[in-house]
Amino acid sequence: MTTNDGALALGSGGALTAPPMGVFARAGQTKGWRSWITSVDHKRVGIMYGAASLFFFVIGGLEAYLIRLQLAQPEGKLLSADLYNQVFTMHGTTMIFLVVMPIGAAFMNYLIPLQIGARDVAFPRMNALSFWVFLAGGIVLNSSWFLGGGADGGWFNYAPNNGVVFSPSHGIDFWNMGLLLTGISSLVGAVNLITTCLNLRAPGMTLMKMPVFTWMSLVTQFLLLFAIPVLTAAQVLLMFDRLFGARFFDVSAGGDPLLWEHLFWIFGHPEVYIMILPAFGLISEIIPTFARKPIFGYPFMVFSGIAIGFMGWGVWAHHMFASGIGPISVAAFSVATMFIAVPTGVKILNWLATMWGGKLRFTAPMMYSIGLITMFTIGGLSGVTHAIAPADTQQTDTYYIVAHFHYVLFGGALFGFVGGWYFWWPKVFGYKLSELHGKINFWVLFVGFNLTFGPMHILGLQGMPRRTYTYRDGYGFNFWNMVSTIGATLIGLSFLYFFWIIFHSYRAHKKAGVAVGPDPWDARSLEWSLQSPTPAHNFDYTPTIEVFDDFWHRKYGEDEDGRLVPVATGAEIAQPGNGEGVHLPSPSYWPIVLASGMPFLAYGLIFNLLLVIPGVLLIVGAMIGWILEPSTDPNADHGHDDEPSGPNDTSDVAVEPAANDEGDAVADEANAPEEVAAR
Amino acid sequence: MSDATYVVSDGHTVDHMDEHPPTSTGISNEKLGMWVFLASECLLFGGLISTFVLYRNKVLPSAPGETAEHLHDAFDIAFTSTSSFVLLMSSLSMVLAVSAAQRGDMRILRSWLAVTALLGTVFIAGQFYEFYEFSAIEGFGFTHSPAWSAFYTLTGFHGAHVTIGIVILLVTLGLTFRGRVGQHNAEAVEIVGLYWHFVDVVWIVVFTIVYLIK
Repeated sequence: MTTNDGALALGSGGALTAPPMGVFARAGQTKGWRSWITSVDHKRVGIMYGAASLFFFVIGGLEAYLIRLQLAQPEGKLLSADLYNQVFTMHGTTMIFLVVMPIGAAFMNYLIPLQIGARDVAFPRMNALSFWVFLAGGIVLNSSWFLGGGADGGWFNYAPNNGVVFSPSHGIDFWNMGLLLTGISSLVGAVNLITTCLNLRAPGMTLMKMPVFTWMSLVTQFLLLFAIPVLTAAQVLLMFDRLFGARFFDVSAGGDPLLWEHLFWIFGHPEVYIMILPAFGLISEIIPTFARKPIFGYPFMVFSGIAIGFMGWGVWAHHMFASGIGPISVAAFSVATMFIAVPTGVKILNWLATMWGGKLRFTAPMMYSIGLITMFTIGGLSGVTHAIAPADTQQTDTYYIVAHFHYVLFGGALFGFVGGWYFWWPKVFGYKLSELHGKINFWVLFVGFNLTFGPMHILGLQGMPRRTYTYRDGYGFNFWNMVSTIGATLIGLSFLYFFWIIFHSYRAHKKAGVAVGPDPWDARSLEWSLQSPTPAHNFDYTPTIEVFDDFWHRKYGEDEDGRLVPVATGAEIAQPGNGEGVHLPSPSYWPIVLASGMPFLAYGLIFNLLLVIPGVLLIVGAMIGWILEPSTDPNADHGHDDEPSGPNDTSDVAVEPAANDEGDAVADEANAPEEVAAR
Repeated sequence: MSDATYVVSDGHTVDHMDEHPPTSTGISNEKLGMWVFLASECLLFGGLISTFVLYRNKVLPSAPGETAEHLHDAFDIAFTSTSSFVLLMSSLSMVLAVSAAQRGDMRILRSWLAVTALLGTVFIAGQFYEFYEFSAIEGFGFTHSPAWSAFYTLTGFHGAHVTIGIVILLVTLGLTFRGRVGQHNAEAVEIVGLYWHFVDVVWIVVFTIVYLIK
């Protein structure tokens, strides 16, 4: 049997015959928009996650700038109090659920299979489903702007303020529905990526040889797995209250607002680590590369990440010190909160020790990584001041808190992500982002960031409350607010600059016409042993792993004095990118069809239950199609010499084991080595 | 390449499966995925059970001037015990279905799948009857008080899980007729069974907390 597809073609590119399920022809496109909406390739899903979250980032960024413009001067007139409530609520919700979490998901989707030597994720179609449901959730949430206004209760929407009495518009209903959908997406992704990390590792890739990024992703996915259902439970209660008249948060009937706070923060605190751990993982790959040293204390890096994952469950009530939970609870959570700074501190010291004595190269990704360490340390230190309950009661609901979480989430997570973009851009798109412009971009962002959020420490300690749409003249707030707004302008410019850099670097790359090599940074993990951009089939043959940083150790040996001696370049030992004989999970329409039913349910619950009917029909229909469709097209070219069926023979539909529908990613790995000569 | 990673595709090499674990852990992706999913479900029910425990005594009088009735005054423990027994027996029939699938006895497999779905349906019918009894006859509706809201939400969520389980069982039953479920992938039946047993175990907890503990 011959393969008629090139390195970039998906495995189902063969001749299409009658649609096996009678509804859709089997998707077979490898180019154009159809190839994207039907793709189950973890790399394309990752890219789509990244693109969608950048889109939402622009929306969330504009909302942030509206806030800063309103607060630039006392008695601002740009936004009304009501609109201001909606804007800051939607800013927070968008940035957390539609930007930081999915950018993390983008990196995890793209990198985990490559770093563990797998063909794809464990359940490729569920991976696509996870993305489309996330997109549906983001659209439902943001459609509130056109359907009566956004949520207005703050991103944590405390009860009873989230009830119909205090928030009569549908905003909070959209918030509820949108986040229930992104929750489903996160849950599907967590099941998928946990199974991938545990099950699809290449031979020799033991858990303690996995790259730190993969480890942090695994911890993150476990946190999602256990945190998301708690939020879902809380949101279901709120939904029943708001839409069907349940009495969960009806104080007059004995409902307890603290229930919402507890459920929300049991989700909400692990959520903090869900947002930061992927960025920690990214810079744990970047720093060793540019220090030209292995990560310092690898087991400590791994176990401090796991420790953060466990301890993250025992500190939630430090968000509630001002809510009257009693002195014993306050003391216990206060101590636990101080204690969780320890594993985080371990990580910071290990990054410093990795750089110590290394041959540092200050590339753009490295600068963003160092930016993360410094900015996160500032945010971490202000965080420890919240752990001290008496100080926290002073700081609660002031701009000091706003300063703190922007230092950890923007200065932490987002700096790590931008560094990750600069670092992995050549692997994903086949060209480097301009180093010179990248460094200038870093300084613009760095200065803008500190100008925006640094002054908020001062404003907060002076007593400026957050979530208040204006302030009066003469309170001493004017100067620092103006500084902060100027800083926000710089941040906005730096991201416009970033988008220009993408465009500019792409044009420069087209003009030069030189492909970037497989290993442009002289890096350490497995994804750099593949051609850039990554071929659709990932690995030509499954690598066998002997040591941590296996790829690096294939490039460098040691002389008798223990000095590094190059033995091969990355380009020499990289896999050639020959996908012959590899078969991949076939593209499918069902994930996007299934996800498209979800908004009907959401709008149906909010506006008219009749809309639920088409939603349920779409979802159930897609599920049936999904089950009946083998995950690998029986008509597609398998590349097996022993393949009994011809291109038009559908007989093996009947023997396709349903339970193995999703298991083909594993199968491919084993099949590939038969076809390709061993190294 | 060693045999250790020589794996199944499209059932060609199913025979090798037992000797050569196809995955890093030796557990198939599908089974591991189900376990991971069920772990997540524990927290969903955990949140709802906590809510119920917090609100179980937050009852209101049916009419002004009357005393508030506790949930237990409305419960019919004998009836719910019977339907619980029916649900627990469905775990037994599920085990027998898995065993039949592993033996490759398709007729017995179909019978036990059908019996399991039927027992689940009886349980759901009992829950419908109970909900009707409480809300329409005794006047304790979903919106009556926090305690009743929590009761209907918790037991209703469990009922929804059982209903989804019944649908999965029926789909599995249908697939046996197309030859897509059978001895060659008895694990599919086992994974359906994992979900079903989980739902039963949750009911043991819910039944104890909601009905038995006063």
